[in-house]
Amino acid sequence: MTGTPPFEPWGRYPKYNATVVPLQWQSDFPAIVSRNGGMHNGALAVGMGRSYGDVCLLKDGNLMVTTGMNRILEWNPETGILKAEAGMTLAQILDFCVPHGYFLPVTPGTKYVTLGGAIANDIHGKNHHVAGTFGCHVPEFELVRSDGTKLICSPTENPDWYAATIGGMGLTGVMTWAKLKMKPIVSRKIDYEGIQFHGVDEFLALTEASKNVEYTVSWIDCSSTGKNFARGVFMQGDHTRNPGELKPSPEPKLVFPIEAPSFMLNSASVAAFNTVFFHKQMKKRVTALQDYEPFFYPLDKVLKWNRMYGSSGLLQFQYAIPWEHAREGTIAILNEVAKSGLASFLAVLKAFGDVPSPGMLSFPQPGITLALDFPIKPGKSFPLFDRLASMTLEFGGKLYPAKDARMTAAQYQTSYPQWQQFLKYKDPLLSSSFWERVTREA
Amino acid sequence: MSERILVLGATSGIAEATCRVWARQGASLVLVGRSGEKLAAVAGDLKARGAKFVETLVCDLDETSRHPQLIADAVNALGGLDVAYLAHGIMGDQQQSEESFDAAAQVIYTNFLSPVSLCTLLSNYFVKQGRGVLAVISSVAGERGRKSNYVYGSSKAGLSAFLDGLRNRVDRLGVTVLTIKPGPVKTAMTMGMKGSEKFADVDKVAATIVAAIRAKKDVLYVPGIWAIIMFVIRHIPESIFKKLNL
Repeated sequence: MTGTPPFEPWGRYPKYNATVVPLQWQSDFPAIVSRNGGMHNGALAVGMGRSYGDVCLLKDGNLMVTTGMNRILEWNPETGILKAEAGMTLAQILDFCVPHGYFLPVTPGTKYVTLGGAIANDIHGKNHHVAGTFGCHVPEFELVRSDGTKLICSPTENPDWYAATIGGMGLTGVMTWAKLKMKPIVSRKIDYEGIQFHGVDEFLALTEASKNVEYTVSWIDCSSTGKNFARGVFMQGDHTRNPGELKPSPEPKLVFPIEAPSFMLNSASVAAFNTVFFHKQMKKRVTALQDYEPFFYPLDKVLKWNRMYGSSGLLQFQYAIPWEHAREGTIAILNEVAKSGLASFLAVLKAFGDVPSPGMLSFPQPGITLALDFPIKPGKSFPLFDRLASMTLEFGGKLYPAKDARMTAAQYQTSYPQWQQFLKYKDPLLSSSFWERVTREA
Repeated sequence: MSERILVLGATSGIAEATCRVWARQGASLVLVGRSGEKLAAVAGDLKARGAKFVETLVCDLDETSRHPQLIADAVNALGGLDVAYLAHGIMGDQQQSEESFDAAAQVIYTNFLSPVSLCTLLSNYFVKQGRGVLAVISSVAGERGRKSNYVYGSSKAGLSAFLDGLRNRVDRLGVTVLTIKPGPVKTAMTMGMKGSEKFADVDKVAATIVAAIRAKKDVLYVPGIWAIIMFVIRHIPESIFKKLNL
């Protein structure tokens, strides 16, 4: 987690008081549960606290921070299977595995998340259309319940617990270790291509044409209307097949130094940024041989970039709308955003593929996903979020718990009907502010 | 040739991070700690990271009578010894130590008397061998007693003074004594403490310690800024210092 109490997630909203309990050894849980008299007000295991909203918070509860539990238990350079404690971060995994010629099978846009957090949120990356979610590459893990029960979970051993825990937001128990099947690489370089596009249809055509490229994602300008509506840059890449350097990319040096005054981020500055970003790529199409670091983690370079949004924070809005309504839904939502005059810096558009997620409550499903971030201005951005959330549900879509702080209980329960089936697997001690919010009332 | 290193208190946050640096360099390590289960977890990790050889020995280092056998076992397992790294210690509870001599004595036993026993044995082994590095974690808290943790601080002050004297005796005999004085470091021990967000990164501290051992330094403040901070704190006149809330 970042900072001292009150704790805040990556989006810096909401902020809650909590007690910090380090989990440093696999045997710490549930030993500390009994030592602390059962841990009143419940507990939640958290890693780096990089979820945007309250899925990594527990108001007035105990946050068991797992980042000290970051040991490698087994490494097989032949099969590429890593067995590591759940608090190891993806950055630490890359530092270890890249020199051995292996890369993460799926990575989000930041490497500062833990293995356990990646499984608990069943995260996705730019290769969802070919590789599915993170959970698809986890052959086995151990789950410890607060009553001390230990369960080894895999697709064949305790498969129901396996399904409930992948995407289970840390609520089924504490994951002590997990295996991850890494992907072989011959160089740290990526063959990159960027292509400008105008409108959702051009985006869909590019997506269709790039089915066999491993990584695809689009940045989209959602502040422009008229002929520039939904213009963007389609970015795609593959691990290069030419053998090259296998050293981890160097660590970022920059730390965003201060909290920005919120007036710095207004619609005019964002519109200017979007125009510059669009035209930074001068040509319709560019290619480059790029390090994996700027390709996958452009924002990690600016550590603590969330400060850019000032102390009131930011919130992401991310939906998944199934193919049936994906095109019209995306156009309608982009129109609603452009009309609102509220600025989103980092709008990311991607098509999810049809590799099924192993998790019961996983977010990705075939269709389109759009992620937008907005500085929090309660009177202005919240009503927009609420409108976008209802629209998403009308188009048969759902929101991403790891990025949410606003969804109503009714919205969650409609879009995640498996939540009742999930209740059977929830650990009685564990909870999150997210979970309490979305299960409070029907 | 890979270095042969004995690590005492190997499950502490700083020690484990230091061992990872050595493991990547292919060192041979004997790890000593109280919990076999925790030592096994650390040892497995170090082997995966490239350590040439790792063995664990379970011992409560407060049992000073076991120290001679412990060192003999370690030397035997490693086939010699190049570096001994003492990282065990306890923070203690200042308030309990104010109320009970037993609590204070426990802190002083673990942080001062136990290392004195080990340093005596190890320095004599290195003197006989004509070379070796003894690296010991003390603390900036030993530079001046403060009301918030003077029992812990005084145990570390005693240790630092002991090491000064030991260095004065054995340096001319080919033996290096390194006193490590860390400021607050982000580890499980300090997680959730006020201001812990600003504490030093344990991996950077570990890399600095390994470099200082290789360079055969005498005293290491880590991060370096603490040399300046403690210089200032040592020079505040007592008439003023005693009124400060530190």
